[in-house]
Amino acid sequence: MALVTLKPYKTPELYLECYNISPDVFAGKTSAEIAELDVREGKTTVKLGDFFEVKGNAGKTPEETEIRVSGDCSRIKYIGNKMTAGSITVDGNADMYLGGWMKGGKIHVLGNVHSFCGIAMEGGEILVDGNAENYVGCAYRGDWRGMRGGTIRIRGNAGNDIGTFMLGGTIIVEKNAFIHVSTHAEGGTVIIKGDVQGRVGGQMVKGDIYVLGAVQHMLPGFKKVGMTEREVDGMTAKFTHYIGDLGERHLKVKGKEVYANLYVMAA
Amino acid sequence: MAEILIKNGFVIDPTRNIDGDVADIAIKDDRIAEQVGSGAKVIDARGKVVMAGGVDVHAHVAGPKVNVGRLMRPEDKLFKSPYAQESYRMESGFSIPSTFKTGYDYARMGYAFVMEAAMPPLHSPHVHEEIHDTPIIDQGALPVFANNWFVLEYLKNQEIENSASYVAWLLAATKGYGIKLVNPGGTAAWAWGLNCLTLNDTVPFFDITPAEIITGLMKTNEYLGLPHSIHIHQNSLGTPGNYGVTLDSLRLAEGMKAKNKFSRDTVMHSTHIQFHSYGGDSWGNFESKAREVMDYVNQQKNITVDLGCVTLDETTTMTADGPFEHHLTRLNHLKWANTDVELETAAGVVPYVYDKDIKVCGIQWAIGLELGLYAKDPMRTFITTDHPNAGPFIRYPRIIKWLMSRDAREETLASFKYSSKVIDATNLHAIETERNLYEIAQMTRAGPAKALGLSHMFGGLAPGMEANVVVYDLNYKDMPSDPEMIERAFSRARWFIKSGDIVVKDGDIASHGNKRTFWVNAKVKENPQVIRDIHEKFLKDYTVGLNNYPVWDSLAPNPYVINIDVEA
Repeated sequence: MALVTLKPYKTPELYLECYNISPDVFAGKTSAEIAELDVREGKTTVKLGDFFEVKGNAGKTPEETEIRVSGDCSRIKYIGNKMTAGSITVDGNADMYLGGWMKGGKIHVLGNVHSFCGIAMEGGEILVDGNAENYVGCAYRGDWRGMRGGTIRIRGNAGNDIGTFMLGGTIIVEKNAFIHVSTHAEGGTVIIKGDVQGRVGGQMVKGDIYVLGAVQHMLPGFKKVGMTEREVDGMTAKFTHYIGDLGERHLKVKGKEVYANLYVMAA
Repeated sequence: MAEILIKNGFVIDPTRNIDGDVADIAIKDDRIAEQVGSGAKVIDARGKVVMAGGVDVHAHVAGPKVNVGRLMRPEDKLFKSPYAQESYRMESGFSIPSTFKTGYDYARMGYAFVMEAAMPPLHSPHVHEEIHDTPIIDQGALPVFANNWFVLEYLKNQEIENSASYVAWLLAATKGYGIKLVNPGGTAAWAWGLNCLTLNDTVPFFDITPAEIITGLMKTNEYLGLPHSIHIHQNSLGTPGNYGVTLDSLRLAEGMKAKNKFSRDTVMHSTHIQFHSYGGDSWGNFESKAREVMDYVNQQKNITVDLGCVTLDETTTMTADGPFEHHLTRLNHLKWANTDVELETAAGVVPYVYDKDIKVCGIQWAIGLELGLYAKDPMRTFITTDHPNAGPFIRYPRIIKWLMSRDAREETLASFKYSSKVIDATNLHAIETERNLYEIAQMTRAGPAKALGLSHMFGGLAPGMEANVVVYDLNYKDMPSDPEMIERAFSRARWFIKSGDIVVKDGDIASHGNKRTFWVNAKVKENPQVIRDIHEKFLKDYTVGLNNYPVWDSLAPNPYVINIDVEA
């Protein structure tokens, strides 16, 4: 693995849109070429090197390229956009759209991430040590095709609208989440290890949600069907099993309707 | 504007039977000229094809339903909206492009005139605001009439003269171009949650049938002598087995004669005929009836059609055929917008993905092309995608490629997941016809211009006509063996001169041109009954006042008004 280090030395006046911070774009480039890559600040195009000190050349392929952003990226959007391989580590916080439309590789953020982390993700891994704001693993505005694959793990809390229109993959929130989990989802798994305030699985067609804490307000569209023992993220526990959303359309397989599942850990 | 001389190109001009002759085209100000002085700007078109600017007979490019599509589909813009360029404005969107992108995309393809295919009269100010905001191309808009309460009441009593007076009034009030029919009677029935799927289904309350509406409006159109014929989106669109209804509707034109001063000899334009050429009785046994439909069109000389080709893209369907959009959202479970326009029409919008790996989509794709290949008279068969319903208009060059190259068709067909099932349900695989450039010029320029009654201005390169000239990177004498090159050449014109202005150079926008709005002012004898009816309906039924209804002149600041004096 060839390591490219980006060290922020200047805070942008506006937010920077860094679609180019990705192993796919860096691959095959020298540090000087990487510094020349375009980024957008508002309506103007600037250079990556205007804001970051770039050290190290990239590997020949994305697989052989490791990017380390050593510093705060609270004003940097779109890190790892559409990446397919390789890895990115952010030593601080990251702004919106981290790992958006990602297809493969790994991103590790040591701090917090803002909204839309892993939006429309198709594969790969995102690990956030801190908290995430809203729209983790959601669909793009208006789109009915959300996250399809890969894993997002938030070690802290997450906000609202987690896994909206999710079709596949896994989202794990290790602490609490606010509202709207897997809204409109047609697949995939969301695991909330803490509590959720409510609106869990609204208009959900298919897929699974596990809540290891409490759901403060259950939606009326979910029906309790029994108790079950399930293995979740390496641990086994007893859950109350609900199916839903009963107000939504559901596919029939062999004449039987397939519902979405909500498992809430038994107290 | 000044003088331009386009030298030594292979000129293709079906209006004068010119097919690839090497000649010069002279332009003086905004007209084609016999000759120009030695100071004229010279454009070297040696080894390239020279045609008149394109004419699109049917596209949904302006107005409320287009805008609803833009609003409900932010994802249509994602990663498809390039940043602003130095000399022109930012563009956004794919199937429902912004007004600027619409103008630019048409210009880059060398199109000079585009007809907005369905204007809800009540919302005509919005349509004109968007048309004004769309640069370069000349445009007109067709108000919808076939579900309008006035029209239904007049035609029920066969009062053609009253219907004509009302149509003339509405065309002037909305700055409209001609008579559009969308799902005659069916859209009115939608207000009751019903539809009219055959020509004899009675419209609730109004007690009139689609057949009576179509015939009545056809007579109204010829009574007024409008430049365009009636322009009809037939009943039962997009339903397996609908070709019978299609043929029934087309037969209504039999015996009708065109009466106008615009060299138009047709009385009915049947739009997006692909959606109306379906066999089978379910999506399971769905098949092509393109042959049956086109055989009829070929022998019935007083009708024109446009194809409405499916382009196998993700797109946004939008139509005044309200019940159809409801049917569609039940099929694909995607988001749906629906509206009623008081006394006049309705509309719906639903996104749609024409996936090449879905059998039905493959068959639809084949039907559109079969129609274009079976047509015996390219002057009566026009290339469209019913933009954006069957695909975005930026795919016209791709349709041209498919029509011109059997290899290109076979390559696409072979890429389908269910290609053998598509082959079984269609005839495309067996068709060897390949259209030539002359026929393409007929189907995209001369033909539609004539059907719109604009053959004195558009569609040809005779001296005196509008100076709309496009130069494509295609060598008439040495056509590329790779069909992709055909698509590429038609996508980005080397030069496009619109009304004497160089608007495209090397495929890029060079000027915002001089766009105009075309509308028709038909002067009829004062008709006290219709005037009274209008006043009464605005008092009783409309939620707007009559004085607030007509489109202000300021909304169409560059009008081209076609005046007609209707003889009593």
